Amino acid sequence: MFIDFFYLLRSYGVPVSLTEWMALVEALSLGLAHSSLYGFYCLARTVLVKSEAHYDRYDQAFQHYFEGIETSPELTEKVLEWLENALPPLRISPEERRQFQEWDLDELRRQLEERLKEQKGEHHGGGRWIGTGGTSPFGHSGYHPAGVRLGGSSVNKSAVKVAAERKFRDFRTDEVIGVRQFEVALRKLRQLSSRVEGPADELDVDETIKATAEKGGLLHLAWARSRKNTVKVILLMDSGGSMNPFVHICTQLFIAMNRASHFKDLRFFFFHNCVYDYIYLDPTCRPRNAIETESFLNQLDPDYKLIIVGDASMAPSELLMIDGIIDWSMSNSEPGILWLKRIAAHFEHAIWLNPILSEYWEWTEGAYTIARIKEIFPMYELTVEGLDQGIKKLKVKK
Amino acid sequence: MPENCQLFVGTKDYIAAEELQNSVNISAALGRPLLIKGEPGTGKTMLARSIAEGLQKELIVWNIKSTTKAQDGLYIYDTVQRLYDSQFGDHDVSEISHYIKLGKLGEAFTSPEQVVVLIDEIDKADLEFPNDLLWELDVMSFNIPETGETITARHRPIVVITSNAEKELPDAFLRRCIFHYISFPDEKMMKEIVHVHYPDLEDKLLAEAIKAFYWVRSIHGLQKKPSTSELLDWVQALTVGGIDPEKISSELPFLGVLLKKDRDFKVASQQMSGRVPNRKAPMRSFWR
Ligand SMILES: Nc1ncnc2c1ncn2[C@@H]1O[C@H](COP(=O)(O)OP(=O)(O)OP(=O)(O)O)[C@@H](O)[C@H]1O
Ligand SMILES: [Mg+2]
Repeated sequence: MFIDFFYLLRSYGVPVSLTEWMALVEALSLGLAHSSLYGFYCLARTVLVKSEAHYDRYDQAFQHYFEGIETSPELTEKVLEWLENALPPLRISPEERRQFQEWDLDELRRQLEERLKEQKGEHHGGGRWIGTGGTSPFGHSGYHPAGVRLGGSSVNKSAVKVAAERKFRDFRTDEVIGVRQFEVALRKLRQLSSRVEGPADELDVDETIKATAEKGGLLHLAWARSRKNTVKVILLMDSGGSMNPFVHICTQLFIAMNRASHFKDLRFFFFHNCVYDYIYLDPTCRPRNAIETESFLNQLDPDYKLIIVGDASMAPSELLMIDGIIDWSMSNSEPGILWLKRIAAHFEHAIWLNPILSEYWEWTEGAYTIARIKEIFPMYELTVEGLDQGIKKLKVKK
Repeated sequence: MPENCQLFVGTKDYIAAEELQNSVNISAALGRPLLIKGEPGTGKTMLARSIAEGLQKELIVWNIKSTTKAQDGLYIYDTVQRLYDSQFGDHDVSEISHYIKLGKLGEAFTSPEQVVVLIDEIDKADLEFPNDLLWELDVMSFNIPETGETITARHRPIVVITSNAEKELPDAFLRRCIFHYISFPDEKMMKEIVHVHYPDLEDKLLAEAIKAFYWVRSIHGLQKKPSTSELLDWVQALTVGGIDPEKISSELPFLGVLLKKDRDFKVASQQMSGRVPNRKAPMRSFWR
């Protein structure tokens, strides 16, 4: 079995499980790939891939794995043409079915070549072809939307070409998208708080009636956990100059956060490159609109979930030195990193979202400080997928 | 696949792309639920109807709301009625089975023939909902402890589940489903879709309407892109309004049918004026 395709998919980031793989094996043994690579492409995708966000990765992995099959001139159009005509996609005899139970690619390739040699020119096995005429059960007169021919019309489509089109690129969630997607991601932060926490202090009428009835009319009160949302969130954003290229994406997150009406409490704070003695209440970061970081920590309980957004990129001195602060008029009596550690220690749940995509973290100018800060806060890239992962992290205590 | 197994190929009022047909047939052959996602209006709900019609099976629809519980689909024990009867009625309340009402899945399981079950908008329900159904959908059977009865499917139903991605569905649930994302139709397919709804439409009008429709969809920054349903309504408005096909693209009459949000309407109108210079205030002919 071409099990390496399984591992390839996983290495491309398609989270295929064994359950799904077994389902694919079962489907192949039922002949559901219609003995064509395109059929296989559709089958494996529908059985193995459970989100359109992963379709693109699937396409890439498919292309990678099956490339050879179609680039060899012998096996391109001709083979697929042959496939289309030789094996009617819909009815497969039990022997043929058995053949494909071990749907080994090399074997298939070999068989194809062999049969190609044998079979010069087309040849339709008469009765095996299903209704190219008017025998379809759906073939009413006049306009027929579905086409009379059952299946098969695209068996000659090149599966690898279809994969190579990468139509689903836009559905990737690891690429930066928009407010709406952020909102959806943020909504997940509601559910965690709904039923698991808190005392059972709400009368559950249905349960009460049920329990009472079961007791033959003797009143029996049943209590349920109330389903208030208890999530409190702090968004702490870097508004420094190096963040300028990311204004757009940060704004989108900001809007999404603002629209998210489901938090019990939501606070916004700002900093410039790194947090020092003061934290700002607006993005202009002016001293008159600041509070002491100390009192920020005192005011806000540790159960606030803290989301820091910043590129974590600065001169090492800004992070590590006393008076390393970038604003000349200011001073800091302790290095920024100490403040970051203090903040991290205070809040039970905290993550850092970095608008720089993670693949560059090691290569950007800020690589050094990114690495240091990443040791303090779990860091995710500011994309829908990153936010998703971050939110998962926010649900569990550090 | 069983030899004489019927295949789904769409119906005369529903165009199913080949990949979608495949997924439907694969799900039926494997006896696993088919999870359908896609933009609003891409025919997710209609699909189940079409499958039922195409395969000539009964359709059982279970519409999910935010308060729907998994249990509701199996059976409901009407304890209130029983309690009432015990206090005031003269019924025999010891026969609990009188107070058991089968839900939609229960109905499907007990049906003498194979049916199609549509679980519509599963993402509306609580996060636990899909997980709570896992077992029943897997083994197609459930227990009624109150009566000691076990309901087992006589014929494994074809299960279609739709989601608008309001919520993430649990992994364990996803693993058991066949998944298909209905991509937004391309122009060619859209023509066919409109055609099945309005077979007598003038070619020119259809072509122009579709061209304009895809242009509107391509406008950046719309809150809600118009979907198939809006296009269908729009085409009807254009026909009834007796609009000259030549003017569709340049004037976008009845734009309000396509764009229901005021903001989107404004955005599109602005784009329009950028696109077509020197127009004499065609804005007034817009309908909203
Ligand atoms: N492939 C299609 N063939 C024929 N009609 C279609 C097709 N797709 C959509 N339509 C039409 O578009 C309209 C919307 O379809 P439907 O309600 O099934 O969409 P939906 O995906 O369930 O939408 P929602 O997410 O809003 O529930 C219907 O009137 C349907 O007839
Ligand atoms: Mg619907």
